[in-house]
Amino acid sequence: MKTLAMVKRIINQLKRDKRTLALLFLAPMLVLTLMYFIFESDDPKTTLVVTNAQPTVVEQLKKTSLTIVEKDQYSESKLKSSEYAAWLEFKNPSKLYLLNAEPSSSKAVEMAIASLSMQPQKQKMATTYVYGDKNTKVFDIFSPMLIGFFVFFFVFLIAGMALLKERTTGTLERLLATPIKRGEIILGYIIGFGFFALIQTIIIVLYAVYVLKIESVGSIGYVFLICIIVALVALSLGTFLSSFAATEFQMVQFIPLVIVPQVFFSGIFPLDNMAEWLQGLGRIMPMYYVADALNGVMYKGFGFSDIWLDLLILLGFSAIFLLLNMLGLKKYRAI
Amino acid sequence: MKFAVELTNSSKKFKQTIVINELSLQVRTGILFALIGPSGGGKTTLIKMIMGMLKSDTGTVTALNKKVPNKQLLHDIGYMAQADALYTDLTGQENLEFFGKMYAMSKKELQDRITYASNIVDLADHLSKKVEDYSGGMKRRLSLAIALIQDPPLLILDEPTVGIDPLLKLKIWQELTQLKNQGKTIFVTTHAMDEAEKCDEIAMLREGSIIATGTPFDLKQQFNAADLDEVFLQAGGETQ
Repeated sequence: MKTLAMVKRIINQLKRDKRTLALLFLAPMLVLTLMYFIFESDDPKTTLVVTNAQPTVVEQLKKTSLTIVEKDQYSESKLKSSEYAAWLEFKNPSKLYLLNAEPSSSKAVEMAIASLSMQPQKQKMATTYVYGDKNTKVFDIFSPMLIGFFVFFFVFLIAGMALLKERTTGTLERLLATPIKRGEIILGYIIGFGFFALIQTIIIVLYAVYVLKIESVGSIGYVFLICIIVALVALSLGTFLSSFAATEFQMVQFIPLVIVPQVFFSGIFPLDNMAEWLQGLGRIMPMYYVADALNGVMYKGFGFSDIWLDLLILLGFSAIFLLLNMLGLKKYRAI
Repeated sequence: MKFAVELTNSSKKFKQTIVINELSLQVRTGILFALIGPSGGGKTTLIKMIMGMLKSDTGTVTALNKKVPNKQLLHDIGYMAQADALYTDLTGQENLEFFGKMYAMSKKELQDRITYASNIVDLADHLSKKVEDYSGGMKRRLSLAIALIQDPPLLILDEPTVGIDPLLKLKIWQELTQLKNQGKTIFVTTHAMDEAEKCDEIAMLREGSIIATGTPFDLKQQFNAADLDEVFLQAGGETQ
């Protein structure tokens, strides 16, 4: 009953705050769309300039992913003023000039030339993609994590700010002067903001899957389930951290401290290449498990048996934060 | 129940500062009781100790025969904080409803209480307005209405009439007297000596200790003063 009153109040308050609602529902769509177009654009063509090449070599080079431009005369300074990635000069010995403005283009050139030396014995190889297919783009791999991140970030911010406002305006203290239980306050927050988080999740997921056509191999039901748990973690963490902030500005200061590091460990950068201690650090961040579960379901088509451990750990995180939150409220009422 | 509120050797220390020092105080049931004293003297801390929002470091605090802190006790205390703690993005009606729902009441009962409480503070016509559009005095009145919402036997009001115009102040004091006549105990803190004059008993708090108690008449005699203002000044000057 008291919890219900809390829920009703929170929904009433947020419903009237149109701008925050827009942030909650429209901002993720905007950013997702922007990232979609940024990453969806085709891989840039890497151009290699060759001089003095024999026609057969040029033929073979043209079979690689590179764009080949033949020149009679070329120089390092010309390479600098051009937009080409590299210059291969055939003489004795041959010399490869890499512009290296984009390390990825340099790698592409090196790989293409390396594959050339294997010719002509190279057999046509059949390729099987375990996950995705040959059209898989970077965006497909980290868009699931992005969805989780939006839910996490916005719920963290809005719920944290809301409880902070209750602290600073004294309504929290006033509320605790009534017979309400601390658990009822927290539960009210969970259900009230959980309601908006649910709507947000539905909007983001449907938009990502049906409008942006982000690949979702697994069940969308699991995506929702994960996102709801993400919202719970964000809510418990946001409200907990708000007790360490005296002002709204101090709440914002938690973003570079708590939110940004989590992004690094959520799959944008491959974790396998990181030092072991860094990987260990990732294990204590909720977003690591969020990304793992969402990527598993949406990209790899995992089912519940593959993600339950991630979900359990996330629930563990929120249980810890909620407990700390309950203890923190003791500051306002001895009992 | 002889005393609605009773403190025995209660103290409260924040870090190294002693705010309430071995204080004992008894408030008889069914009276209008005023706690007066200079700002920073510990009035609000004392109130929070009675509410159980702060735990006394020493001694005991009892309210309505229950040992504080006690969550069930909060059911029977109507509390008005010094700063208006209201949800400004909600209407007056919604604020009253929300706080009312914290006490076990039927829907009908709640509506009746909202009508009653908003009439006392003269806000019945403004209930559909958002609190952010209220004036300072209106917010104060709404806070008072919230304190009355569950019809509690004990009212603890921290400076209830600050920023309220004289006419409404008079009305509120008449209502407080009326509530007292119904058998309720009313505990107020105030700076206004004309208000303290209307109370049955006064306690003067200074630097964490009660330096004088009694009826307004007693205090004036004790300090040989013409009015309470003089008592306040004299009592304040004594320890300097």
